[in-house]
Amino acid sequence: MRRSLYLTALLFIVILLLLQHQSISSQTAVEEPQRVYEFLDDNQECLKCHGQAYYYYYNDWIERDVKERMNPYRIVDSAQFYESNHWNFRCIDCHSEDYSDFPHPGELRMEPKYECIDCHGGDEDYAQYNFEGIEEEFHKSVHSSKHSADFTCWMCHNPHTYEINARSNENMKEFILYDNEICLSCHADVSKYQLLTNLDNPNILDKHGWLPNQGLHFKNVRCIECHAESNEILVAHNIQPKEKAVKRCVDCHSKNSLLLASLYRLQFTDERSIAGFTNAAMLEEAYIIGANRNYYLNRLSIGLFGLVLIFILIHAVLRMTLKHS
Amino acid sequence: MEGKLYLYPVWVRLWHWLNAMLCLLLIISGVSMQYSDPQYPLIRFDWAVSIHDIAGIILSLSYLFFILGNLLTPNGKQYLFRLKGYFRNIAKQARYYAFGIFKGEDPPFAITEDNKFNPLQRFSYVFIMYVCIPVIVITGWYLLYPEYFLHDIFGNRGLHITDIIHVVMGFLISLFFVVHVYFCTIGKTPLSNYRSMFNGWYEKH
Repeated sequence: MRRSLYLTALLFIVILLLLQHQSISSQTAVEEPQRVYEFLDDNQECLKCHGQAYYYYYNDWIERDVKERMNPYRIVDSAQFYESNHWNFRCIDCHSEDYSDFPHPGELRMEPKYECIDCHGGDEDYAQYNFEGIEEEFHKSVHSSKHSADFTCWMCHNPHTYEINARSNENMKEFILYDNEICLSCHADVSKYQLLTNLDNPNILDKHGWLPNQGLHFKNVRCIECHAESNEILVAHNIQPKEKAVKRCVDCHSKNSLLLASLYRLQFTDERSIAGFTNAAMLEEAYIIGANRNYYLNRLSIGLFGLVLIFILIHAVLRMTLKHS
Repeated sequence: MEGKLYLYPVWVRLWHWLNAMLCLLLIISGVSMQYSDPQYPLIRFDWAVSIHDIAGIILSLSYLFFILGNLLTPNGKQYLFRLKGYFRNIAKQARYYAFGIFKGEDPPFAITEDNKFNPLQRFSYVFIMYVCIPVIVITGWYLLYPEYFLHDIFGNRGLHITDIIHVVMGFLISLFFVVHVYFCTIGKTPLSNYRSMFNGWYEKH
């Protein structure tokens, strides 16, 4: 008896470990072809100063080399740049060639900045990303409607570092963290937040104090799951006013969870139920009570419960009738 | 008292009714979460979570109280049995419930102070109190703090499997609950066993 108990416990642990192993192996990233950087030398002309915390130049007036601190808002991390979506761009693809003069001409400070749609709009190569849809949704969002032209794509997506995540990163925890950091870069940093408003930045933790297992939610879903309206574009850009944020737990914790149309959108193109588990693709990343119920277990439990009730009913009726007779 | 046995001391009765209330709250709030539906909520999801969490924590404490009570008083002996020949006794009791009871037969096992449960009762109480409740309490604490405990070893699958075990145990306890409520009507009168759990005195058939 004792030996069979030990064996059962051992088997249970082995199954758990195997399942975990499967889940880790399924997260292995897809190999990307080796990148060939064409503009390293061209860009180095800029990055030799803008890629550093300090830069050097020869000062003609005082006739000597000078070491200066680079404005931190003008530093481009070259490692991040060459990892980003725009890795194979030359600096002058987006910035004026006149920056090659030093000191840079003062009027270049007024140089207009391109926005995503300026390059990606109407381009067949980027049709799958639906930049037009993103643009439209963004203009409906509270970010655009409250702050108008001051709020551009660059507020959230740094063109020097931004990488697509939802489509390419198979490690969901990583891309959730990446996306949430974009929101927190303003909403947890008063200096950036107050670029566009004079209001005090609300404390994120206090404002979400009502949320049970707060840490777990923050790690497993993106801010936009509750704060943006999803439609046909992959990553929702229509950020809603705070009054319209999703606050009913059951909107996600149910069979037709909102997460199917947002966080798990890519995973649910085909099969939604595996081995009876509703929304089974979610199980690779998380377990969501209410959304991952098992069809077979539910049927079995209802059947068994019904049988027990029928047994009780028959037993009670027999007891009463036989007693009376 | 003639025809009566004092079987249920005060602490057992207090624990029993507290346990019953908590189980009922846990079953209803648990079912509400498991079958959550925005259109037809049994209990609002966040309320169900709070009720389930609070009732679960109190149940854990009441379970510790039950274990201590059984260790420190003779009540604990009522849950011990020898495995050898025990299933024959269970079958005898089951046969009585299935047939004998309708023919007016006497119960096969007399209730005494040293033997206050029949074999089927004892087996089901041991299974519920020493298997289902500990498992559901442990898995419940894990689900309450999923970011701690086993997560580093078993990851998300651990949470999933733990929840399935928790739900299956909850289902078995809810089945037991219904059957227990019904079988308690089998006494001297349909209400006498309920009465005895209030006043402590068991009324003999």
